[in-house]
Amino acid sequence: MTTSPTDTGVATTTAPAISLRGVSKVFSTSSGPVHALDDITLDIEPGSFVSLIGPSGCGKSTLLRVIGDLIDPSEGVVEVHGRSAAAARKARDYGMVFQQAGLMDWRTVRRNIELPLQVQGVGRDERRAKARQMLKLVKLEQFEHHRPRQLSGGMQQRVAIARALSFQPRVLLMDEPLGALDEMTREHMQRELLGIYQATGTTVVFVTHSVSEATFLSTDVIVMSPRPGRIAEHLKIDLPAYRNDETRISEQYFAEEAKVRASLHSVLDESRRAA
Amino acid sequence: MSTTTLSGRRIPASAEPVSAPPRGRRGWPRPAALQYLAISVGLIVAAAALWEGYKLLGAATGGKIPFTDLPLPIASSDLAMPHLWTIIGALGAPASSATSESLLSYLLGETSVTLREAAYGLLLGSGLGVLLAIGLRELPMVSRGVMPWLVVSQTIPLVALAPIIVIWVGGLGLPSWVAVTIISAYLSFFPVTVNTLRGLNSADPIHLELMRSLNASRLQTLTTVRIPSAIPSLFSGLRLAAIASVIGAIVGELSAGTGLGIGRAILSAAYFYSTGPEKLFAAVLVASLAGVVFVQIIAIAESLVLRRRTQ
Amino acid sequence: MTATTAISLPALRGAGAATTRSALAQAVPPLVVGALALVAWEALVRVLSIPAFLLPAPSAIVATLVTDVGLILSAAQVTTAAVLGGMALGSIAGIVAAFVVSLFERAASTILVLVAILSCAPVVALAPIFNQWFGASNLMSKIAVAGIMVFFPVMVNTTRGLLRVDPLHRELMLSLSASPLQLMLFVRIPGALPALFDGLKIGATLSVIGIIVAEYFGGTANALGVLIANTAALSQFEQTWAAVAAASALGLALYALVLLLERVAMPWHHAMNRT
Repeated sequence: MTTSPTDTGVATTTAPAISLRGVSKVFSTSSGPVHALDDITLDIEPGSFVSLIGPSGCGKSTLLRVIGDLIDPSEGVVEVHGRSAAAARKARDYGMVFQQAGLMDWRTVRRNIELPLQVQGVGRDERRAKARQMLKLVKLEQFEHHRPRQLSGGMQQRVAIARALSFQPRVLLMDEPLGALDEMTREHMQRELLGIYQATGTTVVFVTHSVSEATFLSTDVIVMSPRPGRIAEHLKIDLPAYRNDETRISEQYFAEEAKVRASLHSVLDESRRAA
Repeated sequence: MSTTTLSGRRIPASAEPVSAPPRGRRGWPRPAALQYLAISVGLIVAAAALWEGYKLLGAATGGKIPFTDLPLPIASSDLAMPHLWTIIGALGAPASSATSESLLSYLLGETSVTLREAAYGLLLGSGLGVLLAIGLRELPMVSRGVMPWLVVSQTIPLVALAPIIVIWVGGLGLPSWVAVTIISAYLSFFPVTVNTLRGLNSADPIHLELMRSLNASRLQTLTTVRIPSAIPSLFSGLRLAAIASVIGAIVGELSAGTGLGIGRAILSAAYFYSTGPEKLFAAVLVASLAGVVFVQIIAIAESLVLRRRTQ
Repeated sequence: MTATTAISLPALRGAGAATTRSALAQAVPPLVVGALALVAWEALVRVLSIPAFLLPAPSAIVATLVTDVGLILSAAQVTTAAVLGGMALGSIAGIVAAFVVSLFERAASTILVLVAILSCAPVVALAPIFNQWFGASNLMSKIAVAGIMVFFPVMVNTTRGLLRVDPLHRELMLSLSASPLQLMLFVRIPGALPALFDGLKIGATLSVIGIIVAEYFGGTANALGVLIANTAALSQFEQTWAAVAAASALGLALYALVLLLERVAMPWHHAMNRT
């Protein structure tokens, strides 16, 4: 990765948290093979917030799933903290959040958050204590004993984030986690998410459709182009580490957003021309 | 690979698996006919092996559970469990010493009587059921009072009324097959009513709003939106009704003294069990297969109708 | 955040109160219809002086229920024992079979279709065979018929429930590198409970039908099915109707028992339907 204007030469020497080398993925469908990912090479630094953005069909969700070892790549190597993605998954490096909260109706809010810990065989008292801690982090202490269906969409998604963070994974993989929420809730959740990110220092890989969301949240934005899914541009977002609602209306933010938007538009134009 | 035609380009559907089936576990492909055949044959062979194996076990241990002194739950003698080939063989042999007709042809004849009664009953019961469902749908006040009773009526054993219905029909001086048909009809009536009503009420609210915005009449809404959307649940009701109608016909035959039908044939085979146990098994086998075929006719009609719809 | 709390909590409470009120309002029309039907029946029989062999008056049936309470209760006791035995046998066998079949995911859907086809056979026709095997007066000959009738819906429903895993939950468990056993315990089994209870509800209805019909094929004189058939043949119609009423009560009670079990086993299901 090249040095960026924000990192004043400090982070460049650290080993990447996630490293992809020549990763390709071909799906075989009834209408022939589909190249979802083509020769992706990417380093993600520890503690960075990386957004994957691009038109539909650019393979951003597939890329996220390849990193998370939910899909095997057809070619190439994925390393997470120096191990294979499969080893990282087995070592419980990943917390995952999807577009739908995917909470289990048969568990209370707290027991949903406890699920990963239960899978890992953590004892009941420790589980409960950690889940309560997470509830506090996502500000849902009063809803400990509620059923998921009794919560609003935004609250459910916060529970899903708490669940993903409950075992302090080193990598948080998020697939359009705010995509199903309305605009107001979404902006609110973005602030919450930033707070959580800054509090935990987790490496985040974040799939989104929204230019403003990517700009506001990320340290890095990866713009992808479709058919086959490729990395079109790797942008560093030049904004202060601490961001709030003021940031959203700052000149600097508008400049960065315009940068991402321009990059995305050139990708869109190109794919239209190619078609 | 890239199939570009004059009329336009064909782009493969989004390659992004939204909720990607992990590790190639991508829903099962429609099991091929071959798989059905293989598994059906496998199950039949397994059942046959179990039957004959049980008999062998019984013969080997003298009717005791291995390593114990307890008798097997079912005697393995040829009287209790005739060999499968004896049962199959009996189907080809004459039905009784008084006739040259084979048992199979006799049983099929009796079965056709039963299935005819069941079919009449199904037709009558489901016709009334659909009408009642539409009536309940259009008169919500009545529906609120009647619907819970319909639901309750599904939990009570309506077959218990069979002997009473036989008396009623006999009292009216009608032939006894009418009683059998009526029993069959009222057993098939309930699942059709309940399922059709559920289907009529499951119409897409957007379609209903559209019809309202077009100022469509109730009849138009019923025929263009509600009835089409009720078809799938009507069929699931019909399938349940078909099963019930066969049971109804058999039970009706037991209660009514028709002297005809597979229910009667089973009863008389049970009566003369000691002189030819294989006949009872043959009769039950034929009745079961006939019931399966009868219901599958509805299922096939359902798949034909619903397939045309999705195309 | 606090605003959401303030809104959602009273909203929940309000929903609860509303259901209690609407439950009352819902109970009135059917009760009125039921009462009207009974009165009309009684009036019809009296005014037209319908002979008892056609239709005895409700009052006469109740009177018979009272005078012959010993006879009917003892018959109901035998039938109830058979019904409960059939339910227990059929549902245990059905659940065990469902677990076995769900282990073979590839073949399961084919097996399910075949079992569903098989279940269309008129199982009641097996009654005479069981009478020969166990003896017509042995309770087991009735239990076996009901057991088979219960087996099919329980087995088919439970298998479907065990196989139908929310893809999101599957991915979540995979990302947590959960074992197949954990997937079974935390996702498959709780997810299959609603389907299992749907199967049990169908089974409850079928078991009573199965027992009554099996009793038509012969059995101890002291059972509801035999009592119905015999009293009808002897033109003791008040007794026939009283026995029919007892059989109906048995069917209802069994169904209510399954509903009660469902509520105890799946408290979330109830909470979910309420909101």
